[in-house]
Amino acid sequence: MSEQQAAPAGGPKVKKFMFVNRKAPYGTIYALESLEVVLITATFDQDVSLVFIDDGVYELVKGQQTKGIGIKNFSPSYRALDGYDVEKLYVDQASLTQRGLTEKDLLVPVEVLDAQKMGQLMAQQDVILSF
Amino acid sequence: MKFGLLVSEGPYTHQASDSAYQFVVAALAKGHEIQRVFFYHDGVNNATRLTEPPQDDRHVVNRWSALAADHKVDLVVCVAAALRRGIKDEVLAPGFRISGLGQLVDSGIKADRLITFGD
Repeated sequence: MSEQQAAPAGGPKVKKFMFVNRKAPYGTIYALESLEVVLITATFDQDVSLVFIDDGVYELVKGQQTKGIGIKNFSPSYRALDGYDVEKLYVDQASLTQRGLTEKDLLVPVEVLDAQKMGQLMAQQDVILSF
Repeated sequence: MKFGLLVSEGPYTHQASDSAYQFVVAALAKGHEIQRVFFYHDGVNNATRLTEPPQDDRHVVNRWSALAADHKVDLVVCVAAALRRGIKDEVLAPGFRISGLGQLVDSGIKADRLITFGD
């Protein structure tokens, strides 16, 4: 029962990992456990990017107050991502617009992409994990 | 081809675990390699030996254990997700082992395809 932290032996093999976040931060555990995978993947020196789409855009919204639901507000962790060299964060334009949000409402710098650009980016990945 | 699998839902409520199992059986029959099956989120509930489904239903957990015994399929349960949900070594069904999320990343690196079975 050990947490494997180091890159596996046998030479460096860098793959493009994309994490697609589709769910609201609370209500289900997917967003939180997705973030846990992201942080571990970063320690493997892989090419990591994150996508926020549908209700997943709510994960990045500023000023989350979770006291009323008794669940830890884990959104500050997104600000720690660049400390792990995870700097590629992409947000779906339509998902923002549909929810009345703009880039200014988000707590980290992101690149906002339309669906076509997002699709092109996804096509370039080796591994896509969707949460 | 070398496949890695991620199972992210528990047994019975969702079909994810059934579909993953059927995929593994079909892939092995075609001569492919299953590099690992990683259980995350509620998927860790596939690893408890305490389930007792009705006699006329499939036994999801035992089916996985049989795959491990017959084909040496590596069944790995995420430690953090497991501890949250009360899955520990003492309730682990045969063939499963508890390890870190690094095992999922390792699958992504080593397998030709990493396939998610979720909701």
